[in-house]
Amino acid sequence: MTQATVNAIGLTKNDYRGAPSTLCAGCGHDSVASQIIAAAFELSLPPHTVIRMSGIGCSSKSAAYFLGRSHGFNSLHGRMPSVTTGAHLANHTLRPLAVSGDGDTASIGLGQFIHLLRRNVPMVYIVENNGVYGLTKGQFSATADEGQELKHAGVNHLPPIDVCAEAILAGCGFVARSFAGDAKQVRELIKAAFNFHGAAVIDVISPCVTFNNHDRSTKSYTYGKTHESPIHDISFIPHYEEVTIDYEPGEARDVQLHDGPVIRLRKLHRDHDPTDRMAALALLEEARAANEFVTGLIYLNEHRPTLAETLGIGQTPIAALPEERLRPSREAFAAMMAELTGAG
Amino acid sequence: MQSPQPIVNEFAITAATVNGSGSQTANMVLMRAIFQMGIPVSGKNLFPSNIQGEPTWYTLRVSQAGYTARPATTPILVAFNPRTANDDLAQLPAGGICLYPADGPWQPQRADISPVALPVRQILDQVGVSQHLRPYAANMVYVGALAALLGIEDAALAKAVQHQFRGKSSAIALNLAVIRAAQAWATNTASPAYHRFRVTRMQATTGMMLIDGNTAAAIGAITGGVGVVAWYPITPSSSLIESLESYLPRLRPADDGTTCAIVQAEDEIAALGIVIGAGWAGARAMTATSGPGISLMTEFAGLGFFAEIPAVIWDVQRVGPSTGLPTRTAQSDLLAVYYLGHGDTRHVVLLPGTMEECYSDAQLAFDLAEYLQTPVFVLSDLDLGMNIWMSRPFTYPEQPLQRGKVLSAEALAKLTSYARFADVDGDGIGYRTLPGNPHPLAATLSRGTGHNERNVYSERPDDWQRNMARLWRKHETARRMVPRPVIDLHPQATVGLIGFGSTAPAIAEARDLLAAAGIATSRMRVRALPLGPEVTDFIARHQSCVVIEQNHDGQLRQLLQLHCPAYATRLGSVAWCDGLPLTAPFVRDQVMAVLEQMRELALVMSK
Repeated sequence: MTQATVNAIGLTKNDYRGAPSTLCAGCGHDSVASQIIAAAFELSLPPHTVIRMSGIGCSSKSAAYFLGRSHGFNSLHGRMPSVTTGAHLANHTLRPLAVSGDGDTASIGLGQFIHLLRRNVPMVYIVENNGVYGLTKGQFSATADEGQELKHAGVNHLPPIDVCAEAILAGCGFVARSFAGDAKQVRELIKAAFNFHGAAVIDVISPCVTFNNHDRSTKSYTYGKTHESPIHDISFIPHYEEVTIDYEPGEARDVQLHDGPVIRLRKLHRDHDPTDRMAALALLEEARAANEFVTGLIYLNEHRPTLAETLGIGQTPIAALPEERLRPSREAFAAMMAELTGAG
Repeated sequence: MQSPQPIVNEFAITAATVNGSGSQTANMVLMRAIFQMGIPVSGKNLFPSNIQGEPTWYTLRVSQAGYTARPATTPILVAFNPRTANDDLAQLPAGGICLYPADGPWQPQRADISPVALPVRQILDQVGVSQHLRPYAANMVYVGALAALLGIEDAALAKAVQHQFRGKSSAIALNLAVIRAAQAWATNTASPAYHRFRVTRMQATTGMMLIDGNTAAAIGAITGGVGVVAWYPITPSSSLIESLESYLPRLRPADDGTTCAIVQAEDEIAALGIVIGAGWAGARAMTATSGPGISLMTEFAGLGFFAEIPAVIWDVQRVGPSTGLPTRTAQSDLLAVYYLGHGDTRHVVLLPGTMEECYSDAQLAFDLAEYLQTPVFVLSDLDLGMNIWMSRPFTYPEQPLQRGKVLSAEALAKLTSYARFADVDGDGIGYRTLPGNPHPLAATLSRGTGHNERNVYSERPDDWQRNMARLWRKHETARRMVPRPVIDLHPQATVGLIGFGSTAPAIAEARDLLAAAGIATSRMRVRALPLGPEVTDFIARHQSCVVIEQNHDGQLRQLLQLHCPAYATRLGSVAWCDGLPLTAPFVRDQVMAVLEQMRELALVMSK
């Protein structure tokens, strides 16, 4: 891809960077961070319209390493969803982008994760999934595969929590899985997710080079590179008019999003209809049974209202309402007091 | 037994019923009717943690003197719950009246009281109440009988019934018919003993209203500009949010969309998380909970304090530890809330003690939270929040909302640099920028981790120390801003009584009882934490102070002793928590005992 020095709003890619990363050299999370930067740059997102949200953990620390000109909140372990929900209610014109980890989302934060999706808070929710706790030095997380080995923790005998399956069951309308080593797919998914009208979850297998990158790990670079099985080649097309390449019938599937952009899914070796909820769950289950590492847009359903819509919030964000709308009128107040005192 | 002179406008009634039977409606009609006659009333609802079938008691106090504390004895008993009737009867003082259903399984066996057997079934038959409404309408029989015995005016009764069944004309007609029939029966069966207690019209409630503290808080929050509410149902705080939901549409019409988003969260952790997120993004956000919810909110409370995010948290206290007594009142969260959070966390806490303060603190909490950029707690309790109190009408706020130090893009454009936590004004409070501010200097990553003045992650000891020193400076600013204590000095008093919150009526009445026993007292009602200099001054003026509170450890006394250690030994403690609001005679007796102990101790020390 050719890289313009400035994007449509006159910003350079540097304007989307953050502080220098303090994660381990080669950490998958840094690859994801650079794709977040690239996606925001390519989408020409005004930085002040984005908020970067996170909880606690290596992944959550990375919120400091991108979008330095966007406000952000590095909050509590497993509680980013509630903080983001509150921010959305206060100002639904903001576009939250959250980074979380497998511990933050699938262990301590599983409840908040599911309730956020159930409420459909419109946001990009990236789970940087490495199956291991990094900051506390190498304990298993709830997404570790059965039989996985770790140097100190030994062998994991419990089944993993599948973040994507949980998301579909919770009512999430954009569920994707990707691999930090597949930069283009990660970037295209982030761009599509930013344009999705609702909560969008991307579960990115993001290897931990320090604690879980050995040969027998299902969350290692080697495993990902040798086993990744994309269900389609995904491209995000911001304006449909730009589309020029013609595909053979049945070879590509275009899905138009809320405000006009399109996700183009070019078929690879299997048929998968991402708008079919049962097919999406079946795909995850088949992949699990076959030990396959399936990536791509697994489920898409844009028909649910966002939380702000469900609650009937108007155009002006609540945080920006003028005092006269935040207070009762003198007349309404007086009428209520008259009723309470029996004078009305 | 029989008093020749009736006792007028100074007595109490206890209605013992089964919960879920609609008796609360009957009690409210009775209370409101007497209030309509201009006579001061107050009510205490003693209810079980149960939906249906467990015993419940409602104590209605009528007091021309204006006393509103829970009465120590009630000379009129409505014994409508056979399961508790023997115990209830044992509480009835000699000369009391006991109303009970004539067709029930229980009769009072006491010679020193006046039994009134109410023909409930006969009256319901006479009115023609349908089968499914009979359990509810039965309660109106005691309302009608009491109306006749006490002399409640017909017009006041009718107005009370209309208020209680607002707009439901068939319910109004039916309940009034039952009341009238019971009234007629009682009038015809009159015995002089029945008329020992009477009500006569006064002018003491003109222009006033009956309201509960949770409703007052809800109206205050709506008037105070609340924009986001997140909550999890828990007794006794749920009705605060439910009131807010019911008053919001009429007070702030949603012509261009709702002006307040209300979310029932999955738990109290998420409730405060949503509030913190909304406060961070610039809305006035609040939650309401009780003890167990406060425990769950601990980590977010610390984050709010350290990341400096406005939030308002109502704690309508109930009895703990643990699940405790969910439907009984207490003041035992004071220390927990003041220090809520691990590490060196300290909060601003407002302590309302009246309906008007519940209303005004609901607004003030938002102003303080936004000005101080910190969570502000409001400590109510079940007695204040759920019981019905007389109040003067609330007044419309004259001051605009105080939104605190927020830099707009235009304001930033005039600056050469910006640091989120720079103490520019020396009050410990930095300048905020809100998400969405387009100025390139505006963005900042809020965090609960150690940070420097520019809000950048830092583990440097000097950065940590400097930041904490500024937070304590901010706490000192809060000390100057919170409401001052309410003080009533008696010129001759050497004894000061100190309390906070819902114990105010019991302490006020106890002062009169103590005065009658020859002990003049001053009074201070603490209104907020952190404590201010007026508190020290009050204690310094009195030889002995007794701190009266509804918890086990004397939590306010501990804070007062820390606040003014030089006077620590002057502070005696009446700390009592059995789930019931205090009574004035109890407070009097306890205060006298504590003063005696303090005198003895002083004598020993002086030897």
